[in-house]
Amino acid sequence: MSKTYYNPADLRKFGNITEWSEELGNKFFEYYGKVFEEGALTAREKSLIALAVAHTEQCPYCIDAYTKDSLQRGVTKEEMMEAIHVGAAIKSGATLVHGVQMMNKVNKLDG
Amino acid sequence: MSKLKTQSLHKRESALANSKRQLEILSNGIFKSGELPTFKDKISETNQFPLKAKKLEILQINVGYMCNQVCEHCHVDAGPDRQEIMTRETMLQCLEVIKSTGAHTLDLTGGAPEMNPNFRWFVEEASKVGIKDFIVRSNLTIIRANKKYHDLPDFFKKYNVHVVSSMPHWTRGKTDKQRGDGVFDKSIKALQELNAVGYGMPNSNLRLDLVYNPSGAFLPSNQASMEKDFKKVLKEDFGIQFHNLFALTNLPISRFLDYLIASENYEDYMYQLVDAYNPAAVSNVMCTNTLSVSWDGFLYDCDFNQMLELPVNSKAKHISEYNKDLLEGRNIVISQHCYGCTAGAGSSCQGSVA
Repeated sequence: MSKTYYNPADLRKFGNITEWSEELGNKFFEYYGKVFEEGALTAREKSLIALAVAHTEQCPYCIDAYTKDSLQRGVTKEEMMEAIHVGAAIKSGATLVHGVQMMNKVNKLDG
Repeated sequence: MSKLKTQSLHKRESALANSKRQLEILSNGIFKSGELPTFKDKISETNQFPLKAKKLEILQINVGYMCNQVCEHCHVDAGPDRQEIMTRETMLQCLEVIKSTGAHTLDLTGGAPEMNPNFRWFVEEASKVGIKDFIVRSNLTIIRANKKYHDLPDFFKKYNVHVVSSMPHWTRGKTDKQRGDGVFDKSIKALQELNAVGYGMPNSNLRLDLVYNPSGAFLPSNQASMEKDFKKVLKEDFGIQFHNLFALTNLPISRFLDYLIASENYEDYMYQLVDAYNPAAVSNVMCTNTLSVSWDGFLYDCDFNQMLELPVNSKAKHISEYNKDLLEGRNIVISQHCYGCTAGAGSSCQGSVA
């Protein structure tokens, strides 16, 4: 299969979204840029958070971008994988905790 | 990614050992098609073409391509199989230029400069000519490579040499991947020995700086923040101290170009460099106040042009022909690899420039 829905080269065109909605696009990028500045959290910590979220959101563009960003910031592969496990644990925990709702419903309906 | 190469491109008879082939790659493809602007076009946008050489401040001398390491990204393509070595006669010509120009910095590089048989003689002679900053770019492991090099820390101290050493990362895995198995442990030991004679201490005038360059197809992060991380880990884990960290961008030439092509990262890397282009870095690029001298005495605008065999654009092409009037104000020779020195905060042998 030579074509897929995702083209890695499209990541370079992300900025082009402002062409069809300049004001909203610019506001988004301004906000985005501010979020990733050094603050109470270091830019390195933010990069690891972004990497974990990129995986839970399963965004291939974000995975490419924040893997590279993490490498640039000297993050090791062990740290990156641990961050992904944190995301995975929250994602699976969020699924499983709804099991309590299921249990509640079963108990109510079939007590 | 492939395992660390054990031989230089020259020894492997790789097509990329030929600088003309490298320049073809840098000129064709995405640049020829207009997908990306050439470096000349880019600096012309801010009226910075042609780049002009200013007063000579730094003489960088490559005293030979022989090295005890074969690092994955070496832009010199140095290694144990390289035999190119500067003679004492050429060294004397370099000293004459230092005396006559009053350049404030002498920067010895290689390969492993310490492997040149005239290295110690040259350091002794050069220390007499009133240089303000006398740099030796040591790969660290040379200090542990052989008994005859074990006294290098004391030798450096005797002549108040400014030691600048590559250290790709504070972890063993990343360092050894780029520079070879065992390099991390030997480098740590060498840094501890340099510390032991006084190098790198907070108030010491025995300068010890480290050089960081990325281990793959990505750009260096903020220099100050990387320095903070390096200092914290090296101090806590190994008791090592140093002064500054220089963050260098890998330029797409020689073995790094070979790696970019083999790993199918070349185009993406060039996009990164062009995207990160910073016009403010252009006025401070090192080629404007530096001359690079090759092992056989020829003159280049920088070490990278030396490796691409792009000589200075001047009638004076050899150190024996040094002529201030012919060299100052010359047009600097550029190609697409120059994007590497103008990306982000800029990159030079002294770290960020913008």
